[in-house]
Amino acid sequence: MDELIIGGEKFTSRLIMGTGGAPSLEVLEQALKASGTEITTVAMRRVDPKARGSVLDVLNRLGIKVLPNTAGCYTAGDAVLTARLAREALGTSWVKLEVISDERTLLPDPVETFDAAERLVAEGFTVLPYIGDDPALAKRLEQIGCAAVMPLGSPIGSGLGIRNPHSIELIVEAVNVPVILDAGIGTASDAALAMELGCDAVLLASAVTRAQRPELMAAAMRDAVIAGRAARLAGRIPRRRHAVASSPTEP
Amino acid sequence: MRVTINGTDHELPAGATVAQAVRALTERTTGVAVAVNDEVIARGAWDSTPLSEADRVEVLTAVQGG
Repeated sequence: MDELIIGGEKFTSRLIMGTGGAPSLEVLEQALKASGTEITTVAMRRVDPKARGSVLDVLNRLGIKVLPNTAGCYTAGDAVLTARLAREALGTSWVKLEVISDERTLLPDPVETFDAAERLVAEGFTVLPYIGDDPALAKRLEQIGCAAVMPLGSPIGSGLGIRNPHSIELIVEAVNVPVILDAGIGTASDAALAMELGCDAVLLASAVTRAQRPELMAAAMRDAVIAGRAARLAGRIPRRRHAVASSPTEP
Repeated sequence: MRVTINGTDHELPAGATVAQAVRALTERTTGVAVAVNDEVIARGAWDSTPLSEADRVEVLTAVQGG
């Protein structure tokens, strides 16, 4: 059985879905079902007295594990407080740590992220940090006790795919904790590529929730992750500059 | 007594608790967490934690994201 193990917990699906960007909870629910995901991220925000329905009800109904994120935080202090609030609200000590540096790029701030990760690990959290495609930082975060690392393929919501596959491969080589490709996935081939590069899982949201047909794209992503994982395990042939005949060369 | 709940000023009776501040916004108690002046108040302590003048109360829940 090819299981994904994060923080001692086992999962069959290697596709982690985000919930951001879905036009409605109904569309989201259909997409989550089609994706086969077992872990799904949510954000923490002020209670809106006018809100109807809750994403938590959807996740409870589908039996999907909730992974709160710290999206919107710019400092380690903010992220730590958000993680504590999420633990209190949702009863989980898992957190997708996300500390961004600026609104335009939404790129992760490595210094604040590292600082927050140290503090959260010390408080007993299972920390999954969102980071740039930096093998050195990934290694340092593993050393301080993070349960996984989540390097970006390209900026959040950009759909630009994996801009630096070589860095992702280096991260896969550098750490022993799961590597979860997070951010930038645009279509199914991007997700398959992440898995072929050796990532243990893929996290995506916009690629599905903002697709013209979210449910269909969710199914495509599910299949792409399965195919990419199988290809990785199967071992691809080496790239060559010239042809290698596959038919017998004897007459 | 004036307190700020999720960024909006609210007038609450003197000695009002965290639980009363939460009820000013929502009847929901599951999936909700509260911080007063950036300190998390556990759900079990909402009824027994009084607020003070000018406290900043944040009431958060999970929404779509990430």
